[in-house]
Amino acid sequence: MTYTQLALLGVVLAAALDLALLRTRLLLRQVFWSAYAIILPFQLLTNGVLTGTRTVRYSGAAIVGGSTPASGRPAFIGDGRIAYAPVEDLLFGFALIVLTLAVWVWLGRRGVQRLPMSDSSGRPLQRWVERRARSAGGAGEPRA
Amino acid sequence: MRALTYLAVLAFIVAGTAWLPWATGAVVWRKLRRLLLSLVAPVLLFTLWDLYAIRQRHWSFDPQRVLSMRLFGLLPLEELLFFMVIPLASILTLEAVRAMRGWRAGDER
Repeated sequence: MTYTQLALLGVVLAAALDLALLRTRLLLRQVFWSAYAIILPFQLLTNGVLTGTRTVRYSGAAIVGGSTPASGRPAFIGDGRIAYAPVEDLLFGFALIVLTLAVWVWLGRRGVQRLPMSDSSGRPLQRWVERRARSAGGAGEPRA
Repeated sequence: MRALTYLAVLAFIVAGTAWLPWATGAVVWRKLRRLLLSLVAPVLLFTLWDLYAIRQRHWSFDPQRVLSMRLFGLLPLEELLFFMVIPLASILTLEAVRAMRGWRAGDER
């Protein structure tokens, strides 16, 4: 199988694990997509370094785009690439993250170190967000 | 220095996420057993995928930009670390978002 085929299969299997097998249903949850929206730009950045420096090189036979050139950088965008990396890498990363988080939540649901959920309020990032919400004139989103 | 390229990227990811529990009140580091158990499936499955992909020449690594240590004669040590670091970073991110916003992740009662 090509990388393209395997990457698509990986996403389907990870989604099936989350939605049907473990029934963690992270793919239907706000918390997952918010976390993924934070992870994605950092994936593009770090993977861009690995692929832009040709630390990892791809064969055109396995991906939608062409091979990583023997010298110089691959396309930043276009030729099946985003931020130097083959688009397949986005599917690969997505499958890895969904698999991991589904298992993590499933273990919690099974009672493996489920508690404590979180550790008091007034943490630095919370205070920062609350200050920003106040100075923006809004009440901010209430904590559930 | 060039040989540390991949390792430096991994260090950046750890440095970028390790502090999230402190900043948000998320509890992750104290759940070490759950954390390690969560890494088993990703490490095994993605290492197998990686070995297959390297054998099929889907991808390869610049020997000058990774350490010389290879697992099973194929897999750079950094790739194995990647399959631990990325799951760890994604759990830290999920738990940080949950601690900040209070959204349900599915393991509440």
